[in-house]
Amino acid sequence: MSDVLTVTDLAVRFTGEGGIVDAVEGVSFALKERETLAIVGESSSGKSVTALALMRLLGGPPNCVVRGQVTLRRQDGERLELLSLPEARMASIRGRDIGMIFQEPMTSLNPVQRVGAQIAEGLHAHERLSARAASDRAVSLLGHVGIPEPALRARAYPHQLSGGMRQRAMIAMALACRPRVLIADEPTTALDVTIQAQILELIRALQKETGMSVIFITHNLGVVAEVADRVLVMYAGQVVEDAPVATLLGRPLMPYSAGLIASVPRLDDVRRRGGRLAAIPGNVPDPRARPAGCTFHPRCAHARPDPCEAARPALEAAAPDHAVRCARWREIAA
Amino acid sequence: MSGTGAPLLEVTDLAKHYPITGGRTLRAVDGVSFTLGAGEVLGIVGESGSGKTTLGRTVLRLTAASAGTIRFRGEEITDYSRRRMRPVRRHMQLVFQDPYASLNPRMSVEQILAIPLQVHEPGLKRAERRDRIEAVLSTVGLFPEAASRYPHEFSGGQRQRVGIARALICNPALLVADEPVSALDVSVQAQVVNLLLDLRQRLGLAILFIAHDLAVVGLISDRVAVMYLGRIVEIAETTTLFARPRHPYTEALFSAVPDIGGRHDRILLQGDIPSPVSPPSGCPFRTRCPYAEAACAEALPPLVERAPGHFAACRRPELTLSSPLSPQPVSRFAADA
Ligand SMILES: Nc1ncnc2c1ncn2[C@@H]1O[C@H](COP(=O)(O)OP(=O)(O)OP(=O)(O)O)[C@@H](O)[C@H]1O
Ligand SMILES: Nc1ncnc2c1ncn2[C@@H]1O[C@H](COP(=O)(O)OP(=O)(O)OP(=O)(O)O)[C@@H](O)[C@H]1O
Ligand code: SF4
Ligand SMILES: [Mg+2]
Ligand SMILES: [Mg+2]
Repeated sequence: MSDVLTVTDLAVRFTGEGGIVDAVEGVSFALKERETLAIVGESSSGKSVTALALMRLLGGPPNCVVRGQVTLRRQDGERLELLSLPEARMASIRGRDIGMIFQEPMTSLNPVQRVGAQIAEGLHAHERLSARAASDRAVSLLGHVGIPEPALRARAYPHQLSGGMRQRAMIAMALACRPRVLIADEPTTALDVTIQAQILELIRALQKETGMSVIFITHNLGVVAEVADRVLVMYAGQVVEDAPVATLLGRPLMPYSAGLIASVPRLDDVRRRGGRLAAIPGNVPDPRARPAGCTFHPRCAHARPDPCEAARPALEAAAPDHAVRCARWREIAA
Repeated sequence: MSGTGAPLLEVTDLAKHYPITGGRTLRAVDGVSFTLGAGEVLGIVGESGSGKTTLGRTVLRLTAASAGTIRFRGEEITDYSRRRMRPVRRHMQLVFQDPYASLNPRMSVEQILAIPLQVHEPGLKRAERRDRIEAVLSTVGLFPEAASRYPHEFSGGQRQRVGIARALICNPALLVADEPVSALDVSVQAQVVNLLLDLRQRLGLAILFIAHDLAVVGLISDRVAVMYLGRIVEIAETTTLFARPRHPYTEALFSAVPDIGGRHDRILLQGDIPSPVSPPSGCPFRTRCPYAEAACAEALPPLVERAPGHFAACRRPELTLSSPLSPQPVSRFAADA
C-alpha cells in the first residue's frame, strides 16, 4: 500500500531560558493508507512535539526551529512538502487533509461557542457549505460519533458535556471534512476505562468506514495492542524501535522497548499477587543533559562502555519492516 | 485479614453529602461499610467521580462524615474534635496522587520530613530526628543526601518516594494511598509499586489503596471494593473477584481494560456515568447495565453475601459473569512468541 504521509529526519529544537532542548531528533517514518501507527513513549519523549511539528502548530524561530521533511500525498496524487508550505495553504490542509484530536478536549474546544457551531465553522471554511447545510451536517456528525440527542447537544457549550461526550465532539470536529490522516494525541488518557473502550471502538469504526490513516499517540501499551498496526517507540526525542505491533510486543529488540513492555502491570498479574513488577531502574534523562552514546545506556542492563557509551547508535533495519536503535541488538537477540 | 480481635478500621454506613446549588445534595459517598484488618491491603476501584477520594478523606477525618461511623483501633473517631484527633492522626496517614503538588517547593526534604516528627513526637532530640529521617529515606529507597535537596531536584518517582516517606515517618498503622502511582510513567510506576509491596511486607502496614488501574490493584491488594456512584457494589477477596466477578459493573470494568496481550471480546457499556446529584432510581448501575430488567429500577439492591466474604449488590444472582482471566490466557501474539 502506498504512503500517505512521509516524515524524514524531523528535528525540533527549543531554545529558551532553561537552555536548549532537542525535543525531537531525526524522527523518520512513513504512514501507509488505512494504517494505524502508534507512537508510544513515556512523558517528554517527544510524541506531542512530533505531532505538532508536522501539523506546523509549534512556534517559529528563534525559540523553536523545526528541520526535516514532511510529505503529504493528497487524494489526487499531488505531493505537498508541509514544512515549506505557505501558512495560508497549510491552514487549508489542517482539518481538511489532516485532522487532529488532543488529549484534553477543553484546550481545543472553544469554551464560549456552542459545540455544533464550532463544527459547522470548519465545514463552512473547508467545504464551502452554506451556514444552514453546515449546521445540519454538524448535527448529523454528532449523532454519528454516538452523542445521544445530537440536535440538543449541538446547542450545548463544551463545559455542559461530560468528558466522554466532549471527546466525541472533538472527534466529530476532527473528522468533519473526512481527512485522509487523523492524528490522535492521547485521545483517551483523561477518560475512564469504560469510556475509553467506547472511544477506541468509535475510532476503529470510523477508520474502517472512511479508510483514513491514523497516528495514535499514547503511553499505554494496552491501548497500542488494541489499536495499532505498527508501533514507533520513542525515547528521549528519538525513535528507538519501529515494528509491526505483534513483533514489537512479542519480540522487541531494543532493551528499552522490552523493559517498557515488561513493566506494564496486567490483570493476569493477580495470579502472582505480591510478586514484583519488572521495573526499569533510574529515570528518563533530563532533555537538557542527555547522556552521550545511547541515551538509554545508564538504565540498560545490556549496556557496555564500548560500544554503548561511545556513539549514538543509528536506527538499523533488523528486518525489512523492523528498525531498531541499539548498538548491541544483534548480540542481545542471539 | 487479622483473625484476632477488632479490625484496625471499621467503617459503617458512611456517607458524605455535599450541598449544592438549588438546595440539592450530591451524594459523593453513600452507605459504605467495610472493615480493614491490621496489615491488610484493601483496594478501592471505580470510575472518576465514584467517590474513592472522598471515602479516603472521610475515613481519615480530613472531611467530616455526613452519616455513619468510623472506628479506628476500636475507638469511634467519627465526631472527634481536631484536638482529640491529633494523637490518632499519627497512626493514619495519606499519600497523595500528585507528587508535584503535594510537597512544599520551598522546603528541603529534611524539613518536609521533620514536620510530622515535630507534631507527633516533639520530645525527639535533634540527633534522633536526623536518624529517623535517614532511616525512613532508606526505607523508601532514597539516598541519605536526598535530605538536603529540594522537591524540584527530584524526578516524579523520587518525589513520590518522598511523599511516602513523609507518610511513614511516624510509623502509622494505616496508610490511605490515593492513586499513588497514577501520575508516574510506566517504568517508574513499577518501581513505586514494588516499593509499596515491600513496605507492606516489611512493616505490616494496612493500606487503603485507591486506584483506577485494576492490574496494579490486583497485584497489591488482599481484597478489593468496587465503587459506583458513591456506593460499594462489590467487595471480595482479590483473586475471587478477578476469577468470578458477581456484579455486572465489575465485569464491564474488567472487560474495558485494554490488554497488552491484544484485542479481546469486550462488553461495551452504553452511555455515561450518571450524575451523583440525581442517581437513577433502584440500582444505580441499571442505566448502563447490559443485564438490567424492569425490576432493577424499583429498589436499591443491598450488598448481599453471595459466597463467604464475597458481597455484591445486584438483584440478579443467577447471572454468570465473565472473568478477565481466561483459563488459558489467549494472546493475539502467542503465535509469534
Ligand atoms: N514549547 C516548548 N518549549 C520548550 N520545550 C518544550 C516545548 N514543548 C515541549 N517541550 C519539551 O520537549 C520535550 C518533548 O515534549 P513532548 O510534549 O513532545 O513530550 P510527550 O512525549 O508528548 O510527553 P507526554 O507523554 O508527557 O505528553 C519535553 O522535554 C518538553 O519539555
Ligand atoms: N468538596 C466537594 N464539593 C462538592 N462536590 C464534591 C466535592 N468533592 C468531591 N465532590 C464530588 O463528589 C463526587 C466524588 O468525587 P471523588 O473525588 O471522591 O471521586 P473519585 O472516585 O476520587 O474520582 P477520581 O477517580 O476522578 O479521582 C464527584 O461527583 C465530585 O464532583
Ligand atoms: S441489579 Fe440489575 S441493573 Fe443493577 S447491576 Fe444487577 S442486573 Fe444490572
Ligand atoms: Mg504529549
Ligand atoms: Mg480521586
